[in-house]
Amino acid sequence: MLRYAARRVAAAVLVVFGVTLATFLLMHLEPGDPARAVLGIHATPSAVAALRREWGLSSSLPAQLGHFLSQLVRGDLGQSYIYGVSVSSLIGARIGETAALVAVATAFAVIITVPLSALAASRQNGWADHVVRAVSVVGLALPAFWFGIVLIEVFAVHLHLVPVGGAGSGLGGHLEALVLPGLTASFAMAPILVRSLRVGMLEVMDADFIAVARAKGLGDTRVLFAHVARNALVPTVTLLGLNIAYLIGSTVIVEQVFNLNGLGSLLLSSILNRDFPVVQAITLVLGTAVVFLNLATDLFAARLDPRIRLR
Amino acid sequence: MTTLVEPQGPPPLAEGGRRPRHILLQRARRSPTLIIGAAISLTLVLVALLAPLISPYSPDHQDLYNILSGFSSKHLFGTDELGRDELSRLIWATRTDLRVGFLAVIFPFCFGSVVGTLAGYRGGWLDTVVMRAVDVLIAFPFYVLVIALIFVVGTGTTGIYVAFAVVDWVVYARAVRSTTLVVRESDYVAAARTGGLPDSRILLRHVLPNTITQAVVYLTNDVVLVIVAVVTLGYLGLGVQPPTPDWGTMISDGQEFLTTYWALSTLPGIAVLVTGLGLSLLGDGLADVLRPQ
Repeated sequence: MLRYAARRVAAAVLVVFGVTLATFLLMHLEPGDPARAVLGIHATPSAVAALRREWGLSSSLPAQLGHFLSQLVRGDLGQSYIYGVSVSSLIGARIGETAALVAVATAFAVIITVPLSALAASRQNGWADHVVRAVSVVGLALPAFWFGIVLIEVFAVHLHLVPVGGAGSGLGGHLEALVLPGLTASFAMAPILVRSLRVGMLEVMDADFIAVARAKGLGDTRVLFAHVARNALVPTVTLLGLNIAYLIGSTVIVEQVFNLNGLGSLLLSSILNRDFPVVQAITLVLGTAVVFLNLATDLFAARLDPRIRLR
Repeated sequence: MTTLVEPQGPPPLAEGGRRPRHILLQRARRSPTLIIGAAISLTLVLVALLAPLISPYSPDHQDLYNILSGFSSKHLFGTDELGRDELSRLIWATRTDLRVGFLAVIFPFCFGSVVGTLAGYRGGWLDTVVMRAVDVLIAFPFYVLVIALIFVVGTGTTGIYVAFAVVDWVVYARAVRSTTLVVRESDYVAAARTGGLPDSRILLRHVLPNTITQAVVYLTNDVVLVIVAVVTLGYLGLGVQPPTPDWGTMISDGQEFLTTYWALSTLPGIAVLVTGLGLSLLGDGLADVLRPQ
């Protein structure tokens, strides 16, 4: 296990470095001049030059990269051009909301997909299987944000069950406010999970030990829960890890639909303000989060299934 | 679209040669999924092509005395907040979004398939470089990377094309590479190599025909995801720019009138749904037909 963990951690660190480099290069390919954009068209050239010096934009690209990396290891993500405060404090204030949304959405995704795929797999080619497969095809074609709007219309506007948007107050209100956004974000990922998990469970059902369990005279339910579900847990965890990047990406849009103040809405407003240290930092933070969540799910799966460690 | 990952079983292989065409046709006729999917997709393509002929009004014609009119015989799906005919805008948006969606996947499909085949077949440093690039690109949340790229390139369709060119080839490269790794070890490739055929001929005649089917099947699913992404970007104001009709901007414009006139943002959503459904079914059907049984 230790060898496997060490190998995976080393690979993750390498990818994080690649992510950092890619983010930096991406942002510095940007053709516009951020100093000019912030000061407006009437600014004098000397003022623009002074601001560029202050932001460290006048030095060479490798020098800027060196500066960026040395700041980064000290945990400094730079200063926002628009808000004039440190980017880390901006992100610190918003990251909780996004993390809560991702957690709620993941929980919903598991609650929705595991029973559905178990149902579909246990009745292969029966009507339940066909219904689940049809629903997952429809779900795949569903734009998440539009589904969110429909949910708002039905549950908030007409039925008054949950708030229309915003973060709510108190822990209870906060959780209530995350129900629809969480559902919306989980629906972006549920169809693909159901499709893969159903195949995973079908494969487990073909295994010899299931035939043995059946031959022993165990009932369908017991076989399904004691033998199939346990063995299908590993692919579920792995799949969650692989799709977490997509889920985190969808929260950007979901936050916009429900007026939540997370990293996604900060990203979008910073893009409109051309506040590029903030855009750069959020891209970096979310990319790194994905790498570490992937690492965590890999290690967890390896803990559940010793065979993975031997690969 | 790039970051959805489905585990893949052992890739389907044809036994060296091609399957007789009539077997494929026979299987196609027996697959209701394929027939329904193809019918929906074909209808939408026709709507997109014939938009100038079949739309009752110009999509930009404003009738300010007649805004948010509701369903009527004059305006089948009513009018929007500027008095533009909703049905005509839906039809023209089909043209916009299908065009952008299809154009956006051409480069990723070609580039990804070629790079994946070469990386899998050659191995060595090329494989290492490609796979490291794939690792890094896949680490980014899809929408975050696309939005960041559009920030750099600029909003509108150019931004979309560039963003997808950078992000989307990864999935094709990965899928095709893993199939190529299997095909490379097969007996018929070994035979071709022993026979002294040049690499280029082995790749084109023996490897590619077996790896490309998977990429083609994935293509139909990818178009769905890309169209959904184009619509999503339009909704965020980063995609197709007004006044060009696009389902995304139509949904976001209509959201304001959700309580008074629900159809404005619901109908374009249904249009996206039907499009996605048709193309997904087409993809699933193709996969069934092409899979050796």
